[in-house]
Amino acid sequence: MQRKNLVNLLTSLLLLVTFSMNASEGNKTEGEGHGENNIKQEIKEFISHHLKDSHDFSVFSYTAEDGEKKHIGFSLPVILVDNGLHVFSSSKFHHETTVAESNGNFYKIYHGQLVKTDSEGTITYDADHHATNTKPIDLSITKSVVMIILTGLLMLWLFVGLARSYAKNGGVATGAGRFFEPIILYIRDDIAIPNIGEKQHGKYMSFLLTVFFFIWFLNMFGLTPLGVNVTGNIAITFSLAILTFLITNVSGNKNYWKHIFWMPGVPVPMKIILAPIELLGVFIKPFSLLIRLYANMQAGHIVVMSLVGLIYVFQSWLGGSLSFFLVFAISIIEILVALLQAYIFTMLSALYFGFAVEEHDHEEAH
Amino acid sequence: MDKLLAEFSFGLFIVQTVLFVGLFLLLKKFAWKPILGAVNEREEGIKTALDSAKNARQEMESLNADNERILKEARAERESMMKDARQIKDAMINEAKEEAKAEGTKMIEQAQASIQSEKQAAIADLKKQVAELSIGIAEKVVRKELANDKDQSKLIEQLLKEVTIS
Repeated sequence: MQRKNLVNLLTSLLLLVTFSMNASEGNKTEGEGHGENNIKQEIKEFISHHLKDSHDFSVFSYTAEDGEKKHIGFSLPVILVDNGLHVFSSSKFHHETTVAESNGNFYKIYHGQLVKTDSEGTITYDADHHATNTKPIDLSITKSVVMIILTGLLMLWLFVGLARSYAKNGGVATGAGRFFEPIILYIRDDIAIPNIGEKQHGKYMSFLLTVFFFIWFLNMFGLTPLGVNVTGNIAITFSLAILTFLITNVSGNKNYWKHIFWMPGVPVPMKIILAPIELLGVFIKPFSLLIRLYANMQAGHIVVMSLVGLIYVFQSWLGGSLSFFLVFAISIIEILVALLQAYIFTMLSALYFGFAVEEHDHEEAH
Repeated sequence: MDKLLAEFSFGLFIVQTVLFVGLFLLLKKFAWKPILGAVNEREEGIKTALDSAKNARQEMESLNADNERILKEARAERESMMKDARQIKDAMINEAKEEAKAEGTKMIEQAQASIQSEKQAAIADLKKQVAELSIGIAEKVVRKELANDKDQSKLIEQLLKEVTIS
């Protein structure tokens, strides 16, 4: 009953917001439409900038009274492989505005990505308006990498601590580990064992646990005011998914490959039709993993930031407080999504590992 | 797709993979293995403890049953022993009674016999004394009576008659 009321309230609020949005748009056409458009453009750019990885760790930025843009944060090291190693501080880019020089090469950050340019910082474009400048291999300690390292250290501290507390207290967890122990057991008993099997699950546990906590913690960090969008970065999810892909196919047994290339229990023409589909499935499965995590986290960030941006679009008490309320509600949902996406990634990885090591004693069942 | 490819940073991919694999290996060695080991050990411990508790309970139950059985047996034995004892007692009493009775009868018989013989003896004695007395009396009487002959002969005759009769 209460839940229904809440849903009704939310729906009506949403309607109100859209309504008032329309209303404000109506006003805009009469008066200061130009400024509003600017704000919207600015919000859009801010969001797309936020979603990308960055070469310096800026906590926030503001425009000072004299019109100068101030950044609060710190620079990070840039490491490039481009005919030798280039290491310099990201402060050389002056917050992605200027060209940096290193050992005679010139680099510029274009849409979050480091490209090689000439001394003037010229960007060349192809027909589809994509930059054609060469991209050196960028091993920089970017904002994402900083967060990955921090998360890694946090995980090491937490779980090595938990392991030690077991040794010290005779098999009983103490401290923060008490909170994580049930989660570890949940992953073992409700994700690994049902999907992979009692006998085989042991060798995948480490990966599943690492991946689960890694994604969960990074998702949660993404919701902090630091707002680092690590798990919403395609390179990160690609890396995680390719590990699942490699582990699945390296540990795939005879049965697994047989089910892909020569499906038992179906007529021969079907076997021939099924083989390419199954083979495609081998790649689609991890691909769906990487897209799902990326899209969910990206979408969450976009929604939250757009709603925050609405405050600046409305610039009214009603709209502002409504978007504040919506941001609050969505943030709570995002906390849930953060856990859910970690769970889904782990769960599906376990499922794929399960396919790879499944034993079929009952051939006729297929 | 285009946007995805444009956003993809190969460098970040490499850095992430290296860091993640490193983290994975470190956690595997220093965290997951000891944690899962400890948890498994603890679970095994709980399982064995439960099993042993169950065993102990079963043992206790069987022990209780044994005790019960032993108690029952003991009770039955006692019962039978008491029954035996009662029987023996009864038998002894009966025997004693019989014996006493027999003895009594025997004693009575003896007494009777001795009474009889005493009586006989007494009678005999009495008879003797009576005879002696009678003789004494007779003597005296005779002495007096025999003062005259006539009476004497008369008495002798009478006596003779009597003697023959008796």
